Amino acid sequence: MRLSGLTIDFEQLAAPLPVLYGAVNAEDWLAVPMTLVKSGGRLVSIWGTECGDGEPGQYAICAAYAAREGLLWIELPLAGRTTYPDLTPLFPCANRMQRAVADLLGIAAQDASDQRSWLNHGAWSPAHFPLRQKSSGDAIASDRQPGDYPFVRVEGDGVHEIPVGPVHAGIIEPGHFRFSIVGEKVLRLEQRLGYTHKGIDKRFEQFAPMEAHRLAGRVSGDSTVAFAWAYCMALESAAGCKISARGAWLRALMLERERVANHLGDLGALGNDASFSFGLAQFSRLREDWLRTSAAIFGHRLMMDCVVPGGVATDIDRAAIDLIDQQCDAVEREVQILRNIYDEHAGLQDRFITTGRVQPALAAQLGLTGLAGRASGQAADLRSDHPCPPYDELEVKMATHRNGDVAARVTVRFEETLESLRLIRALCKGLPGGAVVTELELPATGSRGAGWVEGWRGEVLVILELEADANGSHIRRCHCHDPSWQNWPVLEHAVIGNIVPDFPLINKSFNLSYSGHDL
Amino acid sequence: MWTIVKQIARAGICTQAVPEFSDALRLEAQRIQRDILDILGRALTIRQVDAGSCNGCELEIHALNNPYYNIEGLGIRFVASPRHADMLLVTGPVSRNMEVALKRTFEATPDPKLVVAVGECGCNGGIFGESYASCGRVSNVIPVDLAVPGCPPAPVEILRGILTAVRRCRPKSEDKPGGS
Repeated sequence: MRLSGLTIDFEQLAAPLPVLYGAVNAEDWLAVPMTLVKSGGRLVSIWGTECGDGEPGQYAICAAYAAREGLLWIELPLAGRTTYPDLTPLFPCANRMQRAVADLLGIAAQDASDQRSWLNHGAWSPAHFPLRQKSSGDAIASDRQPGDYPFVRVEGDGVHEIPVGPVHAGIIEPGHFRFSIVGEKVLRLEQRLGYTHKGIDKRFEQFAPMEAHRLAGRVSGDSTVAFAWAYCMALESAAGCKISARGAWLRALMLERERVANHLGDLGALGNDASFSFGLAQFSRLREDWLRTSAAIFGHRLMMDCVVPGGVATDIDRAAIDLIDQQCDAVEREVQILRNIYDEHAGLQDRFITTGRVQPALAAQLGLTGLAGRASGQAADLRSDHPCPPYDELEVKMATHRNGDVAARVTVRFEETLESLRLIRALCKGLPGGAVVTELELPATGSRGAGWVEGWRGEVLVILELEADANGSHIRRCHCHDPSWQNWPVLEHAVIGNIVPDFPLINKSFNLSYSGHDL
Repeated sequence: MWTIVKQIARAGICTQAVPEFSDALRLEAQRIQRDILDILGRALTIRQVDAGSCNGCELEIHALNNPYYNIEGLGIRFVASPRHADMLLVTGPVSRNMEVALKRTFEATPDPKLVVAVGECGCNGGIFGESYASCGRVSNVIPVDLAVPGCPPAPVEILRGILTAVRRCRPKSEDKPGGS
């Protein structure tokens, strides 16, 4: 298959969304993003891999792009070299992903202006590359300290720094923020992430393909359904397995429930961060009711391990559907009331409006994605752009706004919550009969697959490569991507010119994952 | 303002009985408060430390702060600094990148202190185990008084763990009447 303006032969993978795979040369490695920049394409992810069939020491760099035609998975074999052409001039969000690849696999973007270590804080030797099959160098720690990271200094009269983290003041994941400020105004924020890096990509290689959905479901706990679905979609795509309609509909039901649960939590927390604790009390009560229903119906409050290869782990009956329906009605009523209260509360709106603003042009340039992107005019949602079953029958209404401030991100959450409640009722109503799990036969040869799912935060991607020998099928490489990779750097821009006390509010309005980013 | 008051009245009080014993919420709450006062001489303050978790445990610790559990009513509060804390509530497998920060947080917490590890990963390394990037369970890095299993444990289990850790360090005079 050919794409307009490109001379690459793409192979279409068996997936419920259009996924195209193509091996390229160095020239096309840059030609693809150049074409996509012009046509509004996005960089989704960058990862590295060791070429399976060659000798050790043969690496390839891969990138995934979102194009109008679907997901383009591009692979550039490096033929013995350990460098590849830098993508940051075309897609600035490539920076940290390229640095992560350098830390994990020892292949680097040639002449990239920023070559600082990203995930390796000194916990393992800089000569050790965990993702290499025959790992060189020593795994044990070097004497480098996390504090040794060369932050960019802001010079000038009255400028001082506030270091925050990695242990934060709330119940939050760890990360370091370095603010350069004058008075109370933020001149610059620089993030230092990677603190929760636990070697997930490497860990996948120790899991059987039929078990690894559990690990994928723990990449980021708040997106467990999205990641488990993406992994299972990748496995099913690699195995050429088409799941039952009922299985797909129940997955979507869980994904929408996950979206509502997270939005309810965030809406409460956003009120609280603007000193409106009434909002937290009300929304956290709704969220608790919601999670208890999930536990009663699916057996787990966050629905962990409920999506399994071939389908879902539990079926639901008439009583469960009635319970879900009733709860949707009740939650919708309360969300409408609370939305009116939020909208009419002058003090709250004063904190929300124009705070942490990302203009649509900047959002497009930096690749802001998902929920935060939709609040800054980036109209992209896989559920309506490339609807896989059952979304192809549901006509998802995308929530978009252009103001790009905290208020817009709050509004998108309200609108998406109400839309998800509609979808949940539609999913319950139209739920097809049949089995919930389809038998999945692992391929007898090497195979690749991709899973691409619109989680509550944005698009998550799981890339899977299987290899097979006499003992069966193994995971050769599995890469998980969370939209937080794209959105963390944009947060650095969103806070510029705001006051330090507004940072928690702005940060919460993005609510990005540390674990999903650090892997 | 009127709509806010109306919504508060409509939602009512949803706080439920604390885990473990009786249905008599009031008596039980008083007893927990008395236990905490006996042992610490004041309310229990907790500093939560995510040492590398997937954030699932954080979601459930957050949930512990919702009106259903009313932990502030029991005299339990989450605080912003380890220097204000009686207890560290630690999640994760401890990532190697968080090892130093966790040790420093432990050192910054004044004695006597309690450490409760939360979640499967905090208890035994969980699904991530030990690797080039993960130190595994919390007790591999700092001393742990009590571990709450579950992936993630439900808020009521976390609360049970916190209360058990407090009771466990109760002085020998087990039966002394409260407030004396």
